[in-house]
Amino acid sequence: MINDKNNLIVYCEWDEDHVADVSLELLTKGRVLADRLGVKLEAIVIGNNLGDIEKTLAPYGADRVYKVDDPRMAPYTTNPHAAVLINLFRQTEPQICLMGATCIGRDLGPRVSSCLHSGLTADCTALEIGDHTDAKTGQSYSDLLYQIRPAFGGNIVATIVNPECRPQMATVREGVMKKEISTPDKIAEVINLKVDDFVKPEDFVVEIIDRHIEKSKINIKAAPIIVAGGYGVGSKENFDMLFTLAETLGGEVGATRAAVDAGWVEHARQIGQTGTTVRPKLYIACGISGQIQHIAGMQDSSIIISINNDPNAPINAIADYVITGNVEDVVPKLIKYYKKNSK
Amino acid sequence: MSLNIIVLAKQVPDTRNVGKDAMKEDGTINRAALPAIFNPEDLNALEQALRIKDAHPGSTVTMLTMGLPRASEIIREAIYRGADKGVVLTDRVLGGADTLATSYSLAQAVKKMENADIILGGRQAIDGDTAQVGPQIAEKLGVPQVTYAEEIISVADGHVTVKRRLEHGVETVKAPLPCVVTVTGSADECRPRNAQRVMRFKYAASPTELKALDQQHAEHAQSRCPGIIQEWNAEFVEADPMQIGFPGSPTKVKSIENVVFTAKESRKLDNDDAQIEELIKELIANHTIG
Repeated sequence: MINDKNNLIVYCEWDEDHVADVSLELLTKGRVLADRLGVKLEAIVIGNNLGDIEKTLAPYGADRVYKVDDPRMAPYTTNPHAAVLINLFRQTEPQICLMGATCIGRDLGPRVSSCLHSGLTADCTALEIGDHTDAKTGQSYSDLLYQIRPAFGGNIVATIVNPECRPQMATVREGVMKKEISTPDKIAEVINLKVDDFVKPEDFVVEIIDRHIEKSKINIKAAPIIVAGGYGVGSKENFDMLFTLAETLGGEVGATRAAVDAGWVEHARQIGQTGTTVRPKLYIACGISGQIQHIAGMQDSSIIISINNDPNAPINAIADYVITGNVEDVVPKLIKYYKKNSK
Repeated sequence: MSLNIIVLAKQVPDTRNVGKDAMKEDGTINRAALPAIFNPEDLNALEQALRIKDAHPGSTVTMLTMGLPRASEIIREAIYRGADKGVVLTDRVLGGADTLATSYSLAQAVKKMENADIILGGRQAIDGDTAQVGPQIAEKLGVPQVTYAEEIISVADGHVTVKRRLEHGVETVKAPLPCVVTVTGSADECRPRNAQRVMRFKYAASPTELKALDQQHAEHAQSRCPGIIQEWNAEFVEADPMQIGFPGSPTKVKSIENVVFTAKESRKLDNDDAQIEELIKELIANHTIG
């Protein structure tokens, strides 16, 4: 078995025939953190027909890949996947475990953290390594994982640490970290694990009767231009105007959580900490005040235009262009003058 | 088949209306300073519980919440909508808990209730958005979990069949009872208050609320709805002091910041035709659009 402990491990989500993007993003980030800590970066993939998946993972920085390749492990169910992680972590004692904040990661992470009594922070927007001194006991800790996330409806940003318990666990939404190959020709050590060494027959308790999975038709993550609406748009009808603008410019429509909660657009369009993180070349924010949790999901846009009747809307501070006016007056003008001036 | 159904609910600060005094210096939330509401997805869970009860007459829906004594408000609200009774798990020593210590405390209370067949709750609460407490309670109880539930299709033969709403589709799963099911906001809305139940249970009061009433009202309350809102403390649920509250929480808040974004030098425009046309021309010229 493995002699080196204390590594950083990424749970790589297996999606039928490939590893989810968010897992590759976490490997990219994990590589940076592991180098800072001077430890190995490990990946674990649990699924069926994994093939040579290590060849995909190694270029993103994985030094070691654990593979659990078994038809019983796909599609994902909670307890078998949790049992693998729990029992593996008891042996290998990783110091950090990262997962995507997906339906799977958000189902699996808490189950594992509860069993191991390790802290877990959901939906982090940044991960760093740093020191910590407990204000009450005065005890110092070096090289902890700073789990940074907007909290409290996005009104503040909190840095969370797990001083005592291991692994330090965190989930991160897809698109928050950048996916980048670090060593194209890297070769990872592969360790094949047998399901029956980790999972008891009674862990297979939940039976999947039926599955209808379809790729979402809305892909705001890849859109070069996003027209996003907030609560200030005012109504579902007014959102139609944003769709017209997006269509005219060749972009997609995004929304804040408030607009989604109001039922004006579907959740797949939500941008922000609890939605999608986007980096388009043009972001047109319509009637968006700019809560932190929204800004966290769009601040890296190349050019930001804010349309708001409140000249002091917080989002205006990060905007390149601020148009003070009502959305329903300004948006038709944008459409009109684009049509007039484009060829 | 009558079932014991527990619904986990949380009274949450309305994060849409957060004031400056919302955070305490130690980084925990000053709940007393905020308007408190019934966590929205817990209402979705309550509706699913009431439907199970409708389908299985004789079943009992018991609310369980952890928080300040005033969290009895959401229990009463749930009773108006059809729940039978409720427990507020409230104790100073439970405060400052992260999700793990919270789950442990709630799991202890569930154990105290005995013979729970199904434990429902919202997927997540709007003040933390972690979605961790449901799965962690399931683990503490050693029972299966079904998260992201949109509809409980049936409860029969010791199993629950649930439709789950995932990122890119739906999945139907069957899990043995007892189990924990967390319900998403895309599930059907909770039924409104029932006028007859409001009349019948408006005097339902927790022990703390009874103390605040004058004697006449307190006697009236106790004769009309005795003991349907209980208060339990950490000792009563036999919670290990090292696993609750601040000491029982592996995660600590290192710092809290009001984020200041690096302000750009914005160009200010008015809602003026000439200025907007100028902007469009500029964006076309630098190939941002077009």
